[in-house]
Amino acid sequence: MSEAINKAVLESTQIAIMEQLPETGVPARSPLAHQQQTASRTAPENPGVYLWESALKTHLALRGDANNADFANGVEAATGLALPEVLQSNHNNEWALSWIAPDEWLLTGPGDQALAMEMSLREQLGGHYAVINVGGGQTLVRLAGPRARSVLMKSCPYDVHDRNFPVGKVVNTVLGKSQATLRRVGDDEWELVVRRSFADYIWRWLVDASQEYRLSLEQPTQGASKNRAGRLQASPVEN
Amino acid sequence: MFYIYCPYCGEHREEEEFHPKGQAHLSRPTDPDACSDEEWGDYLYFRDNPRGLHHEIWVHAIGCRKFFNATRDTQSYEILETYRMGDAPRVTHFTDTQKS
Amino acid sequence: MTQPNRLDNGGRIDRSKHLTFEFNGRRYKGFSGDTLASALLANGVDVIGRSFKYSRPRGIVAAGAEEPNAVFQLGATEATQVPNVRATQQELFNGLVSQPTSGWPNLQFDFLGVFGSILGRMLPPGFYYKTFMFPQAAWETYEKYIRKAAGLGRSPRDPDVDTYDHLNQHTDVLIVGAGPAGLSAALSAARSGARVILADEQAEMGGALLDSRETLNGKPASNWVRDALKELSGYDNVLLLPRATVNGYHDHNFLTIHERRTDHLGDRAPANQSRQRLHRVRAKWVILATGAHERPLVYGNNDLPGCMLASAVSTYINRYAVAPGRRLVLMTTNDNAYRAAFDWQDAGREVVAIVDTRAYADGAWQDEANRRGIKLLKGHAVIDAQGKMRVTGAVVAGLNTDGTQLTGKGEVLNCDTLASSGGWSPAVHLSCHTGSRPVWDDDVIGFVPGKTVQKQLTAGAVTGCFSLADCLADGARIGAEAATNAGFNAEPAAAPSVRCRPETRPMALFCVPHYKPNSRAPKQFVDFQTDVTAAGIELATREGFESIEHVKRYTAMGFGTDQGKLGNINGMAVAAKSLNQSIPETGTTIFRPNYTPVTFGAIAGRHCNDLFEPKRYSAMHEWHVEHGALFEEVGQWKRPWYFPKPNESMQQALDRECLATRNSVGILDASTLGKIDIQGKDAREFIGRIYTNAWAKLAVGKCRYGLMCKEDGMVFDDGVTSCLAEDHFLMTTTTGGAAGVLEWLEFYHQTEWPELEVYMNTVTDHWATMTIAGPNARKLLSELTDDIDLDRDNFKFMDWRQGTVAGVPARVFRISFTGELSYEINVQANYGLHVWEKLFEHGAKYDLTPYGTETMHILRAEKGFIIAGQDTDGSVHPYDLGMSWAVKEDKPFSFIGKRGMKREDCVRDNRKQLVGLKTKDPSIVLPEGAQAVDNPNHPKPVPMLGHVTSSYYSANLGRSIAMGVIKNGHKRMGETVHYPLVDGRVVEAEICSTIFLDPKGERQNV
Repeated sequence: MSEAINKAVLESTQIAIMEQLPETGVPARSPLAHQQQTASRTAPENPGVYLWESALKTHLALRGDANNADFANGVEAATGLALPEVLQSNHNNEWALSWIAPDEWLLTGPGDQALAMEMSLREQLGGHYAVINVGGGQTLVRLAGPRARSVLMKSCPYDVHDRNFPVGKVVNTVLGKSQATLRRVGDDEWELVVRRSFADYIWRWLVDASQEYRLSLEQPTQGASKNRAGRLQASPVEN
Repeated sequence: MFYIYCPYCGEHREEEEFHPKGQAHLSRPTDPDACSDEEWGDYLYFRDNPRGLHHEIWVHAIGCRKFFNATRDTQSYEILETYRMGDAPRVTHFTDTQKS
Repeated sequence: MTQPNRLDNGGRIDRSKHLTFEFNGRRYKGFSGDTLASALLANGVDVIGRSFKYSRPRGIVAAGAEEPNAVFQLGATEATQVPNVRATQQELFNGLVSQPTSGWPNLQFDFLGVFGSILGRMLPPGFYYKTFMFPQAAWETYEKYIRKAAGLGRSPRDPDVDTYDHLNQHTDVLIVGAGPAGLSAALSAARSGARVILADEQAEMGGALLDSRETLNGKPASNWVRDALKELSGYDNVLLLPRATVNGYHDHNFLTIHERRTDHLGDRAPANQSRQRLHRVRAKWVILATGAHERPLVYGNNDLPGCMLASAVSTYINRYAVAPGRRLVLMTTNDNAYRAAFDWQDAGREVVAIVDTRAYADGAWQDEANRRGIKLLKGHAVIDAQGKMRVTGAVVAGLNTDGTQLTGKGEVLNCDTLASSGGWSPAVHLSCHTGSRPVWDDDVIGFVPGKTVQKQLTAGAVTGCFSLADCLADGARIGAEAATNAGFNAEPAAAPSVRCRPETRPMALFCVPHYKPNSRAPKQFVDFQTDVTAAGIELATREGFESIEHVKRYTAMGFGTDQGKLGNINGMAVAAKSLNQSIPETGTTIFRPNYTPVTFGAIAGRHCNDLFEPKRYSAMHEWHVEHGALFEEVGQWKRPWYFPKPNESMQQALDRECLATRNSVGILDASTLGKIDIQGKDAREFIGRIYTNAWAKLAVGKCRYGLMCKEDGMVFDDGVTSCLAEDHFLMTTTTGGAAGVLEWLEFYHQTEWPELEVYMNTVTDHWATMTIAGPNARKLLSELTDDIDLDRDNFKFMDWRQGTVAGVPARVFRISFTGELSYEINVQANYGLHVWEKLFEHGAKYDLTPYGTETMHILRAEKGFIIAGQDTDGSVHPYDLGMSWAVKEDKPFSFIGKRGMKREDCVRDNRKQLVGLKTKDPSIVLPEGAQAVDNPNHPKPVPMLGHVTSSYYSANLGRSIAMGVIKNGHKRMGETVHYPLVDGRVVEAEICSTIFLDPKGERQNV
């Protein structure tokens, strides 16, 4: 993207665009930083559930008409990702693009890329659309492990069974008495988009629901949560 | 607890995700200022309360945030169809087998 | 001798595991595999409670969920008390402590027992309505003793130490009941690959097959059960839920299952395990295989301990190796119950006689009775049980063929156990829950499930099919049908072969006639738990209660915790006979959820204590906690209420916060205000339609206050909206109204004006918002920013600017809710705490003072700013508020609320209008909600003028201030109104402007 376009986008009088991140040296505090600080660091043996925050990412809400080629092609040009179908997601190494509503998608990715991505999108998109930076207002929580699905069954009324919720599917639903957007990112791994102000409640809810399955508050090492056979055996309450 | 088919998400969801919004197919008068008090009062306050088929608006509040219509039997609570905003209902009277 | 009624052999108990338990203060022994009921019977405990109204001794009648009498208080400690536990469904564990819930002061002698027998005739149905209603005030006294004597159990006084949880389940086929039909259905459905849940209320699956001595495929029935369960538990797609009662069947195939996970293990649940779990199941198809409940026959003194259901006798013998007596008389209307007598005899006990009400009974079962040498009295009935604390004899008399009259003289048979069977009532409860009315079937002699809109099938005895072979085949077929309906390829599982013995048709008999009319005969109980007799039901019909629903409410039949599982059909039959009509003409009452009582713990799940409801926090919350804030809940947000210093009272803290803000600078965490990002070329037009004032010319960089009304013209929210760019606005809403306002905007956009090009998204949580207010606000801000021109003429009131504050990109809005020079600083929330702390670093020299919602309320009230929802209540339009300046009548589009506020009622005189109020005595703070009157001495009712909406003590003004609505208030400036208070005082107040401080607005324009 050229400097000229960059400047033009930034100085647009139609839409207010803003670099929202400080230059350097200013500490950011994620919505769950306090929980991370106070959490016990001793992971149990053979955890059934892993829970951690994937903090300080870029979150951009995209609004537009999927039938408008300028919009659909523009999103793909800017993100490298095709607009996902209903209740689906597409992702590459950096970015994930999730269907939220017929005219809304959520783009998440590296935390320092919000402005660059917004400008790139605005440069590429045409027609009636909107890009909204919502990164300060929500965070990503990762839930993994052989009993992650059991924790979700305790928390959400939505059917999280393999047959109804394959990898890649995205669903916004009730969680406890709050809500979250669930994306299945692996056989035993889920990403939850939660609102900042509710994050503490949701975190405590998930920790509570995980108690009987041995909870680790660390990201699992490669392969630790891949034990599918073990999961089925360990899940007499699941259907 | 209803199980409601969201015509935008294309699947059934639990009632907890929805808010009911009352009778469907009521349009705001195009020129409110030309309405008499009685006409405006009708628009504001008077609603059908049928025993049987009822077309009503719901919103998928904890979901896609879209409003849509449902045709529901107020006696059996059966939802006979849901359809997108702007569409017309297909079910407007009971067939013999649906009559409760 | 311990366990005098325990048989030496048989049963499904583990005799190697001895258990000790306590009942009514005494210790007993039992075995693993016992229920509390079977263990009590094994120990020969006859009287387990006293009845509700007449305080008669009662014993165990049944072996399952239908048990009306053995309903106990459980728990070894105060915190683990559980009321209303059916002993027949409570598995025994070591150390179990139980108490009868009735029988005060004690079981063997109790005071109502003495008086009850004397006063018996003085306690007719409707007794409570008739007697204790007058005088009304005395009810509280009666109630205390009635409750104490009546036995309803009690809740624990200490907090529950266990946890309970919920699990959301989805399944293709939910099968309720794991008896022969349910198990067969599960096999058919499971083999198709469908997701199947099989739930059964008992600890062991198998239902009647576990009590049966019949053979399947030539082997004991329990072997077939074992094999079926083994196969089912091998499927990934099958979930077996024992100890799990399907308690409610709700709309659209939503069912709740109450699973008792650890109730059988001990008084407390093991660590990290929930004691009970509520499964919330959404099933594509449901199969009800709930079986049937045996009906006892109604006869004189049929409530004496020792009177039992015939099938319960078989269950106790076959399943628990307990013969609950020595000498049995069996009365039956059907062949099925003969099993009880044969089981009894095989257990080595004496069968005194089988009393068959049918003269025509003559088939294989009668042959076997004869072969066994059992005395068989056909065409006879037991009319009366004898005994005081236990059956000692049965009075037997001849019965005519239609069961309406006795023939000949009665004879007494000595016995200690009197089993009866009036046939089987299908357990239609769940099918009724969704509103389906059960249908009477003359062949079944009972109600069967009626038509339903649910995706529901029925199998086995619940349909009135009582033969084992039929139940197995029916289950297999229905299981396949359900799976097929759910989209799977299913075949009925092959049913095992059963050797069937033909049965002679049963007789429709419910209440055995007596020589005397029922009203004079010994009490013939229909509903044991609520002490309803046949005579009581007849009396109710004589008193004019003809609808069965009315009879039920008048007599309390079916009102107990057992919901009349045993008695309802008998009661309907008695009522029908008394009304001279058929049972279907009389109809049935409808069963409602729940099938058996559910603990509050299971209903609450984890939605309790700290997780009861979400608490929302701003990015600066930790700072508030560290600085001693007390919090107020606003729309789930925890907002700082005020920040008391040590030893400061609330009023002292508020005074300090108010003065510091007006004299130097204060700071408020305003992050909780709703914020909505609005983009699109029609954003401006859209906002103009929603708000009452003008938006067409608001320039980029400017902010404006707006009122939002409903179509009726009444204010429901307000806030400041800023023009960020030509097609880009940021709207703020009240904290509590945020979600509702966004839904309101979407409603209009999606349903009325979809042609407008506008997108709205919440950014409430994205921005941390801090408001600095006070004469030193500019100085403070200037220390933290070098790229925003704060000059009063370059950054005016109601402008916003973008820049950097404390190194963080910010949008700064010069708006004011206090009337002071004020800046609202918005930064991305992850940097909110940093900026907040930097403000305090630099603010110390200005005595920067944090203030909470209470000071915010006072400061805004000093300026007469309203709070939507406090000074408005849905009946107040902008003109009532004196805010005509916020209504732009001549906008081209008829904005929401415009037409509404022109209705006749909205433009009439004498509407309640918002005014300021100054008490004559400046030290008195009017209570909010106080009603104004013109003349406090007016005879009652005193005409009321309106109420106080906001009221505070203002330290800045050195007096109290208030706002309130007064009829025609805007034209009554300077007049006096009176507020009579609850404590008798009458406070005088003068009506004044709502603006108490700085009426020209100079302070915010410096």
